Amino acid sequence: MQNLDILEQPLLDLTLIDLTVAVGLVLIAIGVSHWHRTGLARSFAVGALRTVLQLTIVGYLLVYIFAIDRWYLVVGALFLMLAIASKSAVDRQDSKPAGLFGITGAALLLGSGLTLIYVSVMVVHVDPWYNPRYLIPLFGMILGNGMNAAALAADRLAGEMETRSAEIEAYLALGASSVRAAREPVRLALRASMIPTVNSLMVVGIVSLPGMMTGQIIAGADPLIAIRYQIVVMFMLASAVALSAVVVVLGYRRTFFTAAEQLRPKDG
Amino acid sequence: MELKVDTPSFELRGVGQERAGRTVLQDVDATIPRHLITVLVGPSGGGKTSLLRLLNRLDDPVRGDILYDGRPIVDYAVTELRRRVALVFQTPVMFPGTVSDNLAVAAELAGLQEGQFDQLAGQVMLLAELDPTLLERPGDELSVGQKQRVNLARALMTSPEVLLLDEPTSALDPETSHALMKTIATLSEVRRLTIVVATHRVSEAGDYAHHALVLRDGRVVESGDSERVLSGLPNPDPSSP
Repeated sequence: MQNLDILEQPLLDLTLIDLTVAVGLVLIAIGVSHWHRTGLARSFAVGALRTVLQLTIVGYLLVYIFAIDRWYLVVGALFLMLAIASKSAVDRQDSKPAGLFGITGAALLLGSGLTLIYVSVMVVHVDPWYNPRYLIPLFGMILGNGMNAAALAADRLAGEMETRSAEIEAYLALGASSVRAAREPVRLALRASMIPTVNSLMVVGIVSLPGMMTGQIIAGADPLIAIRYQIVVMFMLASAVALSAVVVVLGYRRTFFTAAEQLRPKDG
Repeated sequence: MELKVDTPSFELRGVGQERAGRTVLQDVDATIPRHLITVLVGPSGGGKTSLLRLLNRLDDPVRGDILYDGRPIVDYAVTELRRRVALVFQTPVMFPGTVSDNLAVAAELAGLQEGQFDQLAGQVMLLAELDPTLLERPGDELSVGQKQRVNLARALMTSPEVLLLDEPTSALDPETSHALMKTIATLSEVRRLTIVVATHRVSEAGDYAHHALVLRDGRVVESGDSERVLSGLPNPDPSSP
């Protein structure tokens, strides 16, 4: 039967020549940027070079980690990913108060770490528990979304705390705690960080086939198996996003107030 | 600690304050008498708002001590202090929702039982001379004068002992200003509140104040009986050069 033949075909290899041809796609993006003077042509070029370099390094690292098969190398790689993600989330903020890196790191560790443990132990049943073939890609997906959520949430919280500073002080002046006074900025920051994930859950499979599923199908997996993994991934991302966002928002909120429930002035 | 009859509401001793690296108050020694209206007069930037913020502990001074009812202000739990010492801002701030929703926030913070809200809301609307039918009006539909009165009513929901008012009439026309200040004067008598009003309109202050503090460049340059202090000012309005 035709469909079984398709499922049994081996994964098509991509040669360096194939990759070079793919560069043409980036050249299209560079061309459009240049044509309309968006100022992004150079960024696209640099980004493409970094993509090749970074993914090549990651690829060789993964080959090494898979070959050595030591739990501490896998855990070390996960922590390195966490540190880089935390720094990336903090770098995206306009204002970087002391402690934000720690707060973001804790948020991602809790949000992404707990989600990874839940998925790898309770759902996928990864064996051995540190199997890098599962942990690293899963954590990468969790962390990427958690990082975006944390950055969005922190940015929105900072913005709301500034635009609503008069309202917040009015709450404080009536005898509200800082937690009560900042309730609306916290709510709005969490909403902003979680809405993209809600939207994804609503349209997945209708608007596009997500990356995990696409990769598995291309690699030869049965689509009906691939969709199960994708469902797990979508739920996993919802959890990571929610947990990372709430921890970063609640931690970051505290930095806006003194111990005496006073709103810190913007310059201090 | 039992309060002596003449214990001032507030005592400031050597108080200094800075904001954005600038000294806004220095060596402030002053008392705010109990159950009377004290007016803080002085030009804009003279330190009036900074001083009011210290009394409500929205800020803490960088130097000196502040006593409230004879005890260091830092000895009070800050949220409890702020319910007893209410601050109404120069620019009225409305919370989302209706006037009733605004009063409900204060009621929630004061720990009022559900059954107590309607009666107290009615009382404070009366005290602030607001039409009770405004209760269900969205806050953003009110005039500036009405918003200022709602802010006043909201502050009264916590049954404070002290009312701090920062330039309450600055955004109002003369007629509305006069009406609001008359309301505040009545409040002082009816509720025996200690009231502190910061204003740069000296001509208005004399009509209702008992006690006055003149602030200039962050220093108290004169204090005492309002009639004496305000009439002794070389210029009717310290805000003009």
